[in-house]
Amino acid sequence: MDAVILSRLQFAVTTMFHFIFVPITLGLSLLVAWMETRYVRTGNEMYLRMTKFWGKLFLINFAIGIVTGITLEFQFGMNWAEYSKYVGDIFGAPLAIEATVAFFLESTFIGFWIFGWNRVSKKVHALSIWLVAIASNLSALWILLANGWMQHPVGYVLRNNRAEMADFLAVATNPYGLLKFFHTIFAAYVVASFFVIGVSAYHILKNKNLALFKSSFRMAATFGLVSSIMVFVVGDFHAAEVAKTQPTKFAAMESLWDTTKGAPYYLIEFPDPGHERNLVQQIEIPKMLSYLAFGSGDAEIAGLKAFAPADRPPVIATFLSFRTMLALGLLFVLLTLIAFVIALRDRTQDNPFFLRLMICAIPLPFLATQVGWIVAEVGRQPWIVYGVLRTSDAASKSVTASQVLGSLIGFVLLYGLLAVTDIYLLAHYARKGPEEDLSSILKTSTGGEA
Amino acid sequence: MLFQIIWFVLWGILWAVYFMLDGFDLGAGILQRFVGRNDTERRMVINTFGPVWDGNEVWLITAGGATFAAFPTTYALMFSYLYTPLLIILFALILRGVSFEFRGKSESRSWRNLWDIAIFLGSFVPTLLFGVAFGNIFQGLPMDGAGYHGDLFYLLNPYGLLTGLFFVLMFLVHGALWLTIRTDGLVSERAARTSEALWGALFIVAAAFLAYTYFATNLYVNYLRHLFLFVIPLTAVAALLGMRFFITKERYLAAFWSSCVTILTVTLTGVTGLYPNLIPSNIDSAYSLTIFNSSSSAYTLKIMTVVALIFVPIVIAYQIWTYSTFRHKIRESDVSESGEAY
Repeated sequence: MDAVILSRLQFAVTTMFHFIFVPITLGLSLLVAWMETRYVRTGNEMYLRMTKFWGKLFLINFAIGIVTGITLEFQFGMNWAEYSKYVGDIFGAPLAIEATVAFFLESTFIGFWIFGWNRVSKKVHALSIWLVAIASNLSALWILLANGWMQHPVGYVLRNNRAEMADFLAVATNPYGLLKFFHTIFAAYVVASFFVIGVSAYHILKNKNLALFKSSFRMAATFGLVSSIMVFVVGDFHAAEVAKTQPTKFAAMESLWDTTKGAPYYLIEFPDPGHERNLVQQIEIPKMLSYLAFGSGDAEIAGLKAFAPADRPPVIATFLSFRTMLALGLLFVLLTLIAFVIALRDRTQDNPFFLRLMICAIPLPFLATQVGWIVAEVGRQPWIVYGVLRTSDAASKSVTASQVLGSLIGFVLLYGLLAVTDIYLLAHYARKGPEEDLSSILKTSTGGEA
Repeated sequence: MLFQIIWFVLWGILWAVYFMLDGFDLGAGILQRFVGRNDTERRMVINTFGPVWDGNEVWLITAGGATFAAFPTTYALMFSYLYTPLLIILFALILRGVSFEFRGKSESRSWRNLWDIAIFLGSFVPTLLFGVAFGNIFQGLPMDGAGYHGDLFYLLNPYGLLTGLFFVLMFLVHGALWLTIRTDGLVSERAARTSEALWGALFIVAAAFLAYTYFATNLYVNYLRHLFLFVIPLTAVAALLGMRFFITKERYLAAFWSSCVTILTVTLTGVTGLYPNLIPSNIDSAYSLTIFNSSSSAYTLKIMTVVALIFVPIVIAYQIWTYSTFRHKIRESDVSESGEAY
């Protein structure tokens, strides 16, 4: 295999691994901040125990999310030097801004939060986790604006043999990037909600700490329901933006081969790229695809055949990932709706089957975010910057295939070790339940000074 | 032109601040098993920098990000030419980052020993390799129009290794002084003795570094052209001697501050000597990466300057607040009674 393929594989492995931990951080930080706020407002110690319990699980994840993020920044230079040279004038800025504006805030106040229980007042302590939550979401904004630029480059001119920034505001308000940001953070909130619902369900089934876990369940079900609806709403706008700006990706997502006016939507479909057609095509909803893409049932959608084969993305991976994401997204709305209703009526305990189902459902939103990224990144191929720079022209010239193979093996081993440790610790602490003894915090924090 | 110079200065300052801040937690991380003789003492060591190490490391991310945004060509070539050493630094920092969090998650002795080894390696390896990398940057890399003509073993040349050793000793003394002022009892005493013992070695290696630099690099050219610039290395020397003076007087806080000044000015000494290069070519200076031939456009640099001028002071302000919130000495009771400590 050549260095480009291996570098792509390495970037995929490291990004997908990173993105197991990021959504938990984005969503759970907000939930924990809300729990601690309730503790500060009510003085009810149950909320303190809740904060501590979920906070511990949050921190186990957080550590890996942080360290695996550094890998991604390094790789742009290490493996994608030609890319970095060509677009660094634009792409470097959001990354540097992310570090300065968001990552500092997040990393400084996480230490403050972990160690500050006995050092600052309750309010200042709760403020520190809010700052972590805001900063990690702000961090996602700048990263996704950077990615949004790769998907739909705006505000640049080609000059001096590279892409140079011409309009910073255009880059910072790129609609593609903003839609992607909202789609991604709501998806992340769904991941965190399912995590909290599932772990709470486990403890409710065990009949332990009922009040605490019912309350957690209710919070997460509410958060999850709102978020999973929002993922869909934003996702709809996002898909329309893709149809407008990335016709090849859109055609691959829907496996549409021929340019069609008033394109229908097929509920059952499977692509056959070898013959440039679909193997199966069943249950037609007339004009639906045109309507979804352009808001008009008669609109024309470009099919894959309208583009040279060298300009098309891998169809099967893009199509299957998109369908999987869509199906899971629908399922999440349904599951969180049920969870919300039974939580509201305080009927969680009467539904042991549903509780067991929700324990098993914990990994599903993770899967949905992973396939979502496959749609985004594989669907963009063969471009690294859509329409501007090809992936095959972007890799480092001085890095050999054997070097990348070595580093790829290193990443797989190291990340494998981290994953095993993380799952072991999470399962252990999630099952163990909240601490009974809060004396070490309460003795000082009640009389805390700022 | 102006903005390229501004970003060169900022680039140097970002690295200098990174080495000053992460320097003590890397140094203390190396010393953890030697200064802390039992589990409680080892936890005391980690907890001195527990609240701040993560924020310190972001200075590295920002230095990297700033290189990317301001000097993309240098970023691209530096990271791809130094692929293997950067990969090793990365693996080490990843292990170190999780080990603080994971170490305390089980009472088992072998579990904790395992993560202590990760802390040691995760602290020692990046320290050494940062030194080796900067030594080689000072010296220049073998690069021309055809690319890079070295490998990992090329980097392990005498001057690179000497700079690596210099960094290790600098961070060790820095970390030892940090532990002296941030702990009490036996840990503090051991750390104080360590700083005293290692200072002599640091002094000898620093002198060797300054002398060898004259022969191995072109760093002195700028200084000989503008004599007033010698104020930077002279400050470094004065701070290094001041460190010894304060250690002897047992004024460890002042010694730690001297160590901060030493690391800042040593880094700036190297960076000032590099100007206008970011990475010189030691084959043909026509292929050197300079702040002028590898920078972003003036427009991007202007935007980044505005961002930096607004946000870096805010970052400094809240990081100072964090340091002052956690300025207390870590005692045995802090780790044995608190459920929050690492």
